[in-house]
Amino acid sequence: MSLLRAVLSAACEVREAEDADHVDGVRPQVVARPRTTDEVSALLRACHGRGLTVVARGNGTKLSWGRPPERCEVLLDTTGLDALVEHSRGDLVAIVGAGMPLARLQALLAEGGHQLVVDDPLGSTVGGAVATNLSGPRRMWTGAIRDLVIGVKYVRADGVVAKAGGRVVKNVAGYDLAKLLTGSYGTLAVITEVTLRLHPLPEASRWVTLDVGPEQLPGVLAAVVHSQLVPRALELHAPPDGALQVSALLEGSADGATARAEALAAQLDGARVSSAPPAWWGQLPEGDLLMKTTARLSGVPQLVAHATSLGLGVRGSAGTGVLYAAGRSGGAGLRRAAVVQSLRTLSIELGGSTVALDAPADVKPQLDSWGPVPAIDLMRRVKQEFDPARTLAPGRFVGGI
Amino acid sequence: MTDSGLPHGSVRDVLDDLRTQLPEHLLITDPTQLRTYECDGLTSHRVTPALVVLADTVEQIVATVRACARRRVPFVARGSGTGLSGGALPHADGVLIVTSRLRTLHSIRREDQRAVGDPGVINLAVSKAANPEGYYFAPDPSSQQICSIGGNVAENSGGAHCLKYGFTSGHVLALDVVTPAGEQVTLGTEAPDAPGYDLLGAFVGSEGTLGIATRATLRLTRLPEEVRTILAGFATIDQAGAATSAIIAAGIVPAAIEIMDALAIEAAEKAVSCGYPAGAGAVLVVELDGSALEVAHEYAAVEAICLETGCFEFRMATDAFERAEIWKGRKSAFAAVGRISPDYIVQDGVVPRTSLSAVLHRMGEISAEKGVRVANVFHAGDGNLHPLVLFDASEPGATERAEEVSGMILDLCIEHGGSITGEHGVGLDKARYMPRMFDADDLDSMQLIRCAFDPAGIANPGKIYPTPRLCGERPRIRQGSHPLAADGVEVF
Repeated sequence: MSLLRAVLSAACEVREAEDADHVDGVRPQVVARPRTTDEVSALLRACHGRGLTVVARGNGTKLSWGRPPERCEVLLDTTGLDALVEHSRGDLVAIVGAGMPLARLQALLAEGGHQLVVDDPLGSTVGGAVATNLSGPRRMWTGAIRDLVIGVKYVRADGVVAKAGGRVVKNVAGYDLAKLLTGSYGTLAVITEVTLRLHPLPEASRWVTLDVGPEQLPGVLAAVVHSQLVPRALELHAPPDGALQVSALLEGSADGATARAEALAAQLDGARVSSAPPAWWGQLPEGDLLMKTTARLSGVPQLVAHATSLGLGVRGSAGTGVLYAAGRSGGAGLRRAAVVQSLRTLSIELGGSTVALDAPADVKPQLDSWGPVPAIDLMRRVKQEFDPARTLAPGRFVGGI
Repeated sequence: MTDSGLPHGSVRDVLDDLRTQLPEHLLITDPTQLRTYECDGLTSHRVTPALVVLADTVEQIVATVRACARRRVPFVARGSGTGLSGGALPHADGVLIVTSRLRTLHSIRREDQRAVGDPGVINLAVSKAANPEGYYFAPDPSSQQICSIGGNVAENSGGAHCLKYGFTSGHVLALDVVTPAGEQVTLGTEAPDAPGYDLLGAFVGSEGTLGIATRATLRLTRLPEEVRTILAGFATIDQAGAATSAIIAAGIVPAAIEIMDALAIEAAEKAVSCGYPAGAGAVLVVELDGSALEVAHEYAAVEAICLETGCFEFRMATDAFERAEIWKGRKSAFAAVGRISPDYIVQDGVVPRTSLSAVLHRMGEISAEKGVRVANVFHAGDGNLHPLVLFDASEPGATERAEEVSGMILDLCIEHGGSITGEHGVGLDKARYMPRMFDADDLDSMQLIRCAFDPAGIANPGKIYPTPRLCGERPRIRQGSHPLAADGVEVF
């Protein structure tokens, strides 16, 4: 047994790391698997006191998003924190351990007729979804997961356990730390328990799908976005070399959803109604260079046209302006850096941003993954306050935070 | 003292600085005029500020904050001054910065579902400007005819319709902000999901303690195709509560579900003759909106539920006039209790919806035990209670008894896993209750954000947190040596 493992075993279950445990190419020495918030606290206290760096991992599906950590001695596996603490059906609220797989959570919630409105194509844990502020098609309805997290229990880098928010949806007592921690890529604290706002499962879901020429895209998107039929999602599929497709989701009562879908289809040339989504629905575009790229609504057609002209495939929420672009084009790192930069320049002009979420290990060093971040100085100060010793995932987040 | 624990400088110095930069008529120093600003909507607390700055431009706000930062002088921002928790209560040795004169709505962009406006823009003005385009601004606090966007951002305002549409934080995409150090930064982008920490999410609802918003980019929401407002009369509040639970259990998310009890109905009838069902022990107001097809479906379900749970009168408004009639009683309720009581405290607490019945019963017991009348008006859909604690300040001891009952109600909310405020904010009024809801580590951790934005502790000091955290250098972990060397063990 290594010394590190021996030292940390006082806190929780610890094993030696294997090659497969690497964090975006950085191999930790040990993998710790705490089963309670107190164990997470003990582990972080032990690491913090020794200057050991820690990266939290759920199912590891997005562990390579962002920059590789500068160092990682300890991988904190959250999958032992997987309890459904409470599903309060009358309150439409669930309290759940960060390591709970989203798919399992959805199955448990469905027993009560509920769901967490987060679309996850990757097999994430709740904690992983929160850490990356995951969102999918239905963000047009309820927002990203940031808008559904109403409370968090977390452990600071120094091991202090704290909570924010609560278990009621309506609550403005104190700063909304749940929002600060959501999307912070594990660089401020380790979230151990999340309280989530739930929604009822719909009786029926209908998709309205159509092929669209680039010149028709602005009109089609506007027609759906401004419709009073209340679409819950408006997705776009633009392969680099194929035909553009657009699909809208309508949900509600069995009769209502069908009638609304047919009403929407009647307004759109060549649209068809189906009770199953198109195959690409909610999936990230294929390619080892994956970007999240955003624009104001009216800028979406231009952003999509530009991305496809760069040889990228695009999918995502045309109804909110949050898209994903991906490609394998170019081969050389420099070319890819130029692709990211080109898309970024346009997205910023269009009121958004472009982040290179993931790229092959040999390409990443040449990419500016996060791009320019307004208020970066304030963000550095926030990191400095929460984690002055840079214990948690150093270097992974914006500006080398 | 500032929240940093260091003594602050003199407002006189700030005034001298500002006289070189701002027109004299924007600087209020006359004691009589200063008293105009001594309180916000919570009139039980009054403090006269040392200086009031009536800003006409963002540059003037920035200049004032920078002057305060240089001298470590506290400042408080104030919009329309309608807040109910004393969030805009001035600091006696500080500057009150009034943003309500910055009232330009810069753009309404239907194609992007965005509005951009100054902090002093009135909430309802955004919807009025967007309505012709088929859009509106969803957050609708009861004060929406007079409250400002800057205040909505500071308080994370809600309103009756946030059950379905969420609070202000879900409707703000970006803010231009002046930090307490005088930096101008933009938080967020016009598109969602700006990269980096969600400082926008932390700023909204920070009650003026992290800086001043000088421009807001807002999300506009499509007007619904159909709105149906239902008024149902019940013999008891329990029945109205049971109807609420059944509606939620049926998978319906109405735009709003409100309940008023007999005392609140009596007050509203006296004030505005709203014509609510005679003899009702409680009225339930349910508003359904959305696509006409779904609204019709939900309406049928709500009607069936109300009849099953014992409703004796069921009305529906289909046009704007009838809808306004139903809402008139509800929206006038706070002011209306003035007709049945010389004084009252407006409380704001939240309980899980499933605890509503138990909490209301206990509240009734407390009211009887203490001999203090409590009228109840609440957002039943999300468990947000607004008990109105009635008293006569001219009666010896009555004020104290009312305050005691008001505090007991908050304790009751906490006991049931709720919150001490759903939409009015903590402000000055409830800072002392924060430690009942959060422990020292929770509060300390929240204030780490404060330290990042405002290490000198000059932005609205004394609000939200009863005990300020001292910001400063914390012990740093040594860097460079091998992690395990500290344990005196050999290194691998």
